[in-house]
Order: sequence, then structure tokens, then C-alpha cells
Amino acid sequence: MKTNSKNFEPRIVGFLCNWCSYTGADLAGTSRMKSAPNLRIIRLMCSGRVDPSFIFRAFQLGADGILVAGCHPGDCHYQEGNFKALRRVLLLKRILREFGIDERRLRLEWISAAEGEKFAKVSTEFTEELRALGPLRLETSVLPQSLGGELETQEVAA
Amino acid sequence: MSKPKLALYWAASCGGCEVAVLDVAEKILDVAGFFDIVFWPCAMDFKYKDVEAMADGDIDLCLFNGAIRNSENESMAHLLRRKAKVLVAFGSCAVDGCIPGLANLTTREAILESSYQLTPSTLNPEGTRPLPLVAAPEGELDIPKFYESVRTLAQVVPVDYFIPGCPPQPPQILTVMSAIMQGAVLPPAGSVIGAGEKTCCEECGRPRKEKHLKHFYRVWEIETKPEECLLDQGVICMGPATRSGCGALCVKANMPCRGCYGAAPNVIDQGVKMVSAISSVIDSQDAAEIDSILDQIADPVGTFYRFSVPNSILHRKQPSA
Repeated sequence: MKTNSKNFEPRIVGFLCNWCSYTGADLAGTSRMKSAPNLRIIRLMCSGRVDPSFIFRAFQLGADGILVAGCHPGDCHYQEGNFKALRRVLLLKRILREFGIDERRLRLEWISAAEGEKFAKVSTEFTEELRALGPLRLETSVLPQSLGGELETQEVAA
Repeated sequence: MSKPKLALYWAASCGGCEVAVLDVAEKILDVAGFFDIVFWPCAMDFKYKDVEAMADGDIDLCLFNGAIRNSENESMAHLLRRKAKVLVAFGSCAVDGCIPGLANLTTREAILESSYQLTPSTLNPEGTRPLPLVAAPEGELDIPKFYESVRTLAQVVPVDYFIPGCPPQPPQILTVMSAIMQGAVLPPAGSVIGAGEKTCCEECGRPRKEKHLKHFYRVWEIETKPEECLLDQGVICMGPATRSGCGALCVKANMPCRGCYGAAPNVIDQGVKMVSAISSVIDSQDAAEIDSILDQIADPVGTFYRFSVPNSILHRKQPSA
């Protein structure tokens, strides 16, 4: 359970682009590299598809950290979707700060299809960083009933 | 046949919504003629006990403006919800939290300290603070409790309709009132009424170009060209993230949209939608340069969420862990 900080397992949502980072994660898996299992991956066609509201919604629904991963600069399958992601993340970090949320909870990484090792390293590192930061406890007293009431039942073992 | 009953109430608000209702000018006489106004503390003499004495559901239409900031606002929201058949969140404060909602970026304690201690015009050596309950010779006196966070009306009670705007524009108010008075079929509960279904940009009329920005300006730093899109010129204009309905009044006065009509249709959070829009128009691929361009946006949360902090996904600044 999140509430027990001793056994706290961070919940991380990872938005990975189809062409580089998801393939990199796949490589880590097929190569049987060890990495922390805390990352829940959502595959998108491009890191530029990550709407900022996805990130805030994930925090609202219980994510302790969010990883956005895309192709290295210059490698984007759609020319410059990853630069869009870069600008969004830089601006979102400022917004998060003002809302009192540690900006380290949002992380952007460039992971190519060949970098299975980097994927494993990033997901382990990020998990440990979030473990040190502790659970993100949002003030959720005003969550709509439809969201607030379901949070506990959505709890899954990390 | 008796006339339908109308109530208007203000919670945490500036009073501008009340003025907007009166700004329908002589048509207010039609409204007053059609409805029996049973409660309107701003304009007429009624007491809360008059409302308490009504039967539940006795009020046909209640226009509720203002956010929920203290216990008085909250108890009136519950009371009017009980007494009204149709409860309308009227104006940005009731819909999104608006300017009072910016208080969610600080704390109750910091607000009280600023108001009763720190302001230069305050002399308060004994540190006197308002108390919810005070024993006076006349008996126990109580004032409303000041809450930690500002909430929207819909975060406190179920709301039938939302009329956005700071304030809602008189022509829009008139359209809604006329429709009701002519017996139009009401839209499904939960609808936004008295506003458009597009973004403010659709009403603006300034031609838009592909945007590549390396510099943002505050309004006093630049003399803008009246025939060009303000965002194209580097002035942060909330148009792309804001619901239409006002007729782009600010832009027509050569000032950027500030976002008072709230999030555009199907947008769940006005501020992050603006993050998305701004990120798309910055002309740089270098992290350090992007950061220096972003430095030119003074107070991004106060700009992107000026009217909608309480109704945003994160709702308030989180207490430091």
C-alpha cells in the first residue's frame, strides 16, 4: 500500500514513443535485462502525442512519477514531435513547481530502439529517486465522486 | 397562474455578476415582470430566513454567482440547492473559481497573516484575528469559517447549468433569460449555456499565421498591431484554450484574452491546454534556449489558470510534504 512509506513502491506511468523508446523497452525485455517493475508503460506513436492533461490526470489518479520517453533529438519519426515534448515538459515542470509538486516527479528521457540498457537503467533509477521522494499525496478532497470513490479499488500491487 | 420564482445569490464574488444582470438594461423590467423575484440580497431586501421558510423546490430558477470560500457560502449553496428546481452556476467564480480561486495557490494561514499582520497599513500589535465564535455581552456571536481552499459551486452541490464569464456578457444573459421566458426546452442537465461551442479565437477575427516565437512580451512591453493575432506577436493570449461566447471583447480592445469563459469545450483543464498551445509555438529545439524563452512568461500558473485553479485537475497548491 502507498500509505506505508517503509514498503512504498512508487507507481510510475511511462509514456513511450512507438518508434524508439517502446522498442528500447522491448529490447530490454527480450534481452532479459533486470529493471525495477514499477513502470507502467503506455505506448504512443510519438512523445509529441503526450498531451499535458495526460500527465496531470495520471498524477491525479495516483501516479507518483511520470516518464516521458522519445527518440533522440534529430531522430523523431515525425521530424520534431520530441522537441514538442521537450518544450512541454520544461513548461510543465514550472507549473508543477507552482502547484507544490516536486518537478523531479516528471522526467523526460531520450531512449533509442537500441538502448535497452538505458531503458532499464532509467526505470530503475527513476524508481529509486521516487522511492526517496516518497508517495505523492494529492489533496483530493474535491475530486469528483466518480474519480475519488474509485481510487482505492484501482490500487494494484506494484 | 402564479409567476415562476427567481432567486439570485452571491457567494465569494466581486459583485460584477450582479451588475451584469442589471446590464441587460431595460430588459430587466421584462425579467422582473415575468418572474417573481423571491431572493436577491444585492438588490432587494430579503433575509436568509425567508429562503429557509420556503418549501423545497419552491424556487424555479436560482442564479448563483461566487465561489465557495467560507462556511456561509457553503450553507447557502446547500440551502439554495434544496429550494431551487434549477440551480445555475452563474459566472466564472461559481463555474471555475475565478480570481478568488487564486487563493488556492497559497494557504489560509498565509492569507490571514497577510491581511491581519503584514500589510503596511495594518497596525495589530496584539495579533488579533477573526474568531468564528466570540462571547459578547449580548450573547455568543459567530461569523463564517474561512476555509483552506476555494471550491466551485459544483464541487459542493449538484449544479444543473453553467453560465461562464467574468462576468457573463449581458447579451448572453438575455439570450438565456429570453429562452426560459419563452418556455424553450431546457438543454440536458450539466450543460454550459450562454456561451459558444468553440474557442475565443473563432470570435476574434484577427488573421492567424504559423507561429514561431522566440520572445514573449507582457502587454506593456510592446505596441501591438491591431490587425495581427496577439499570440503571433508574442503576447500571451488565452484565446486558444478558452471557450467562446464573449465576442472576443478584450481582443477587440487590443488586449489579450485572459480566459474568463473557462476551458474550451471538451477540455478538462484550461491551464494545461494552454501549456500545450504555448509549447507548440516556441521556436527552439535547445533546452537551455527554451528555458530562457520560458523565463519571459511571468507567473505561468497565474496567467494560464487565472480563472480556473479550483476547477483544474490539481485544484490547489499541494501542502509541502
